[in-house]
Amino acid sequence: MTDISSQDPATDLAAGATGARKALMATLAAATPEAVAEKFETLTPPAFDLVRQPETGLVMVRGRMGGTGSPFNLGEVTVTRCVVRLSTGETGSSYSLGRNKQKALQSAVIDALWQREDMTARIEAEIIAPLAKGQAAEKDTVREETEATKVNFFTMVRGDN
Amino acid sequence: MYVAVKGGEKAIRNAHKLTAKRRRGDTSVPALTLDQIAEQLSHSVARVMGEGSLYDEGLAALAIKQARGDLIEAAFLMRAYRTTLPRFGYSLAVDTGAMLVERRVSATYKDLPGGQVLGPTFDYSHRLLDFALAAEDDGTEPEVETAEPRETAMPRVTDLLGDEGLMEPDPVTDEDTPVGDLTREPLSFPADRDLRLQNLARGDEGFLLALAYSTQRGYGRTHPFAGEIRYGEVEVEFFAEELGFAVTLGTIKVTECQMVNQFKGSAKAAPTFTRGYGLVFGQVERKAMSMAMVDRSLRWQELGEEQTAPAQDVEFVLSHSDNIQATGFVEHLKLPHYVDFQAELGLVRQMRAEWFEKRRQEEEETEAGSAAQEAAE
Repeated sequence: MTDISSQDPATDLAAGATGARKALMATLAAATPEAVAEKFETLTPPAFDLVRQPETGLVMVRGRMGGTGSPFNLGEVTVTRCVVRLSTGETGSSYSLGRNKQKALQSAVIDALWQREDMTARIEAEIIAPLAKGQAAEKDTVREETEATKVNFFTMVRGDN
Repeated sequence: MYVAVKGGEKAIRNAHKLTAKRRRGDTSVPALTLDQIAEQLSHSVARVMGEGSLYDEGLAALAIKQARGDLIEAAFLMRAYRTTLPRFGYSLAVDTGAMLVERRVSATYKDLPGGQVLGPTFDYSHRLLDFALAAEDDGTEPEVETAEPRETAMPRVTDLLGDEGLMEPDPVTDEDTPVGDLTREPLSFPADRDLRLQNLARGDEGFLLALAYSTQRGYGRTHPFAGEIRYGEVEVEFFAEELGFAVTLGTIKVTECQMVNQFKGSAKAAPTFTRGYGLVFGQVERKAMSMAMVDRSLRWQELGEEQTAPAQDVEFVLSHSDNIQATGFVEHLKLPHYVDFQAELGLVRQMRAEWFEKRRQEEEETEAGSAAQEAAE
């Protein structure tokens, strides 16, 4: 391991797993309901229980005074979340902006399945990687289109006299 | 005494049916879809989300359609809808420094890291009606230029000057200090800056614009420069208790404005630029700028300035910025006030009777007086 800051390898491992799960949940949250449904159809999930029904609610978004100062409440967003438990024992969660309950349910099942050792690699390769790639490509397009509107200033050089 | 008056149910029912028919208009014209509104009227959608204080493009599009394009009515529908939903909690504060920037301009620095990026804007256009848009749309996407991004980092302008101590730093409180929330507690005074910013963020664009304009015209001058305006996508993160980590909910688009203003300094503080801050949902630059200017003018007390103008009056500004409250109170005048009015009618009749009686008496006295004078002569 190159990271020497941490004393405890178990903590590192847990932090890495949390990071990977965060990334997975973020990718699913950023995907359209149609994209999640399309990927979900390729899986054959085991039976599962709804620990928390897909539920739509509000999260108050905060900003910071001046960008980096004390927080203040900006306004709310709609959020839909869901928790499932697979018959094999894994608990999966989802949180995403919007009101799509099917997406919330399917994302939670994918999150649970990903936690199964026999499924992790497949879900990362067949679901998360392509979704993340598409999302990154969309962001790149925005960056490239935006870059074309960057101003290049010309300095008019005047003579000495 | 309160007298309930019943009646008009059938008229109301029929009026609502008629509204639905008028809303649909000529049925030979295709009905608007929510996607069309969300995609093609994005500034309307942004305004409704901001003033409705609820970011959800689909709901805002529906509200706009239902309200027949009346944006204040649409914002009202959003506010009403949000009361039907449970509150999960508060997000982590969004990091506008990490924004996927679509537009970023500074009126104070020509060459700044990340550059001046115009993005989608009405600025520099001649405001001539474009009749090409009136023609039938053939479905082809307008062509745009692209370029390879050179720098990705785009620090906030205010962070650049901050290094020299020329710029007032952002106020930082203990993270455990409670953050005021207008959706939980009604507004009370004096209102701290957290409540003021929340109030302004959901305030009426027109009201804030007028107030900001008034400060430019001399009513509480603050000498503003648009230090930076940026618009783009920011991530919203939420700490999920049951998971023990912050989950990314997705991205929202916001406009941020940093106004840079004068400050004379005081016995305690050296002269430095002061700042006003604006942050709003969607691409709503006019409002973000106005919000920043009004935020700055409301800070007069903290910065040792004199209060001379309406835009500095915290109670006046915050009590009248909310167009849902304002429209409720103004428009309630349309509702039956028959009993109130009957009482006023009785009063004015009585006052008139007294007025005429008094005048009659005065005339009699004058006549009697002049008769007596004539008799004396």
